[in-house]
Amino acid sequence: MSDVMTKVDIITSPNRLDDLIDALNQIGITGITVSNVMGFGVQKGHKEYYRGMPVDVKLLSKVKVEIVICEIPAEVVVKTAKEVLHTGNIGDGKIFVYDVKNVVRVSTGEEDRDALK
Amino acid sequence: MEGLNGADMAFVIFSAALVMFMVPGLALFYGGMVKSKNVLSTTLHSYAALVVISVQWIFIGYSLAFGSDKFGFIGGLDWSFLKNVGMEANATYASSIPHLLFVAFQMMFAVITAAVISGSVAERMRFPAFIMFILLWTTFIYDPIAHWVWGDNGWLRNLGVLDFAGGFVVEINSGISGLVAAIVIGKRKKTQPDPHHVPMAVLGGGILWLGWFGFNAGSALAINGVAVNAFLTTNTSAAAGAIGFVVCEWLINKKPTTLGTISGAIAGLVAVTQGAGFVSPISAFFIGLVGGALSFFAIAILKAKLGYDDSLDAFGCHGVAGIWGSLGTAIFASKAINPAGADGVIYGNFGLLKAHLIGIGAVAFYAAVGTFVILKLISFVAKLRTTKEDESSGLDLTLHGEAAYNIYNH
Repeated sequence: MSDVMTKVDIITSPNRLDDLIDALNQIGITGITVSNVMGFGVQKGHKEYYRGMPVDVKLLSKVKVEIVICEIPAEVVVKTAKEVLHTGNIGDGKIFVYDVKNVVRVSTGEEDRDALK
Repeated sequence: MEGLNGADMAFVIFSAALVMFMVPGLALFYGGMVKSKNVLSTTLHSYAALVVISVQWIFIGYSLAFGSDKFGFIGGLDWSFLKNVGMEANATYASSIPHLLFVAFQMMFAVITAAVISGSVAERMRFPAFIMFILLWTTFIYDPIAHWVWGDNGWLRNLGVLDFAGGFVVEINSGISGLVAAIVIGKRKKTQPDPHHVPMAVLGGGILWLGWFGFNAGSALAINGVAVNAFLTTNTSAAAGAIGFVVCEWLINKKPTTLGTISGAIAGLVAVTQGAGFVSPISAFFIGLVGGALSFFAIAILKAKLGYDDSLDAFGCHGVAGIWGSLGTAIFASKAINPAGADGVIYGNFGLLKAHLIGIGAVAFYAAVGTFVILKLISFVAKLRTTKEDESSGLDLTLHGEAAYNIYNH
């Protein structure tokens, strides 16, 4: 077990969030942060119609799930997320993995790996 | 209180309240269709009409519309400030209800007509200019046209036009005026539809549908067979308008939309306003169906082709469906439905159609020129539209100093 702390960002469709959270719980993830975000990838936006007038909607609603881990290997998180989110279609989402320099738990002042336990 | 009928009074006073309820209905309908940063300014347009025109009407508006005739063009000021208007019935206009109740019922029509125009100028018109506009417009455009069509000795009334609940006075008038106002004031920066709350617009549309029963059935001014017929023609045309609109969008865009359904229903209601008390419910089905379809093409196709920015389609709905409704009345009107009316084209009478063509031309011309002149005059004393920066920030904050949705303030 290394000392490395890793942050995994998963951006995907809001419809898949529940399944993703369930799967992350099963591998023992103890904390996540979720934001509603807007964006587009390869699929760009979609078309909506108001009173017969077509409107190009460029940004779609997405969720961004942020997880910082040390005990559980990042590969396991990425693999789990891939399994849950994969349909093979555009719009499945993206996963980003970063190194984390430090973590502070505000209530106790613990730092680094201790703050994640 | 001789000659007054309690049932008629109860019916008309309730109908007047239903027409008043169209103001919050319109505010929701329009408010749901604008961006979240402009919902209050749009809502306030409708309520401002209720506030301003309620006063204008009892001061001078009623008298200008219904007072003693001057050349068939306008009423005199003999009833201004409700002088000599009391509990006795006025036999010319409504023989079984107090004259004052007729004033109140008609007041709500003037209010809602001014509010309808606000849809054309939403999301960019400055508030002081809007207040001046509705006041001058109601005084110099609505009141005379109401006199032409409904006033004793009004020239269109004498010509024989039939306008049960305001096809000329309310619908064509507001629709054409809205179009001209949209062109004079100019386009918004972003003209594509961006409704921030569709269920709100749909609820507003549903309230308008309800209010329209007061508008049309109430226009019988007595609880009788004509009122019952008008109730059913109104409902039928609303349903048919929704069908006409949605079938078009389903065929062309492959999607039946909720906003399209309620917009089509409103177009159907507009279309039947003129003939509600003169046509049969089956005729109303055709009037509504065509009204809904025409409104779809005006909003989805004509507007894009011609490039005017009628933000919330006062013209596409009220103007276009209103003009069709006027022609539809001339086609389908029947003396069997209402002996006080006339027969239309399908009964071999082309005279009514001729009168209605003259009426459409005269009302559209007068409304267009009048709206143009009034806006030009206002532009000498007040800015008509907001700056580009204020338009971007939203009218709620920049003109009114309030925000509709304060979801981040815990």
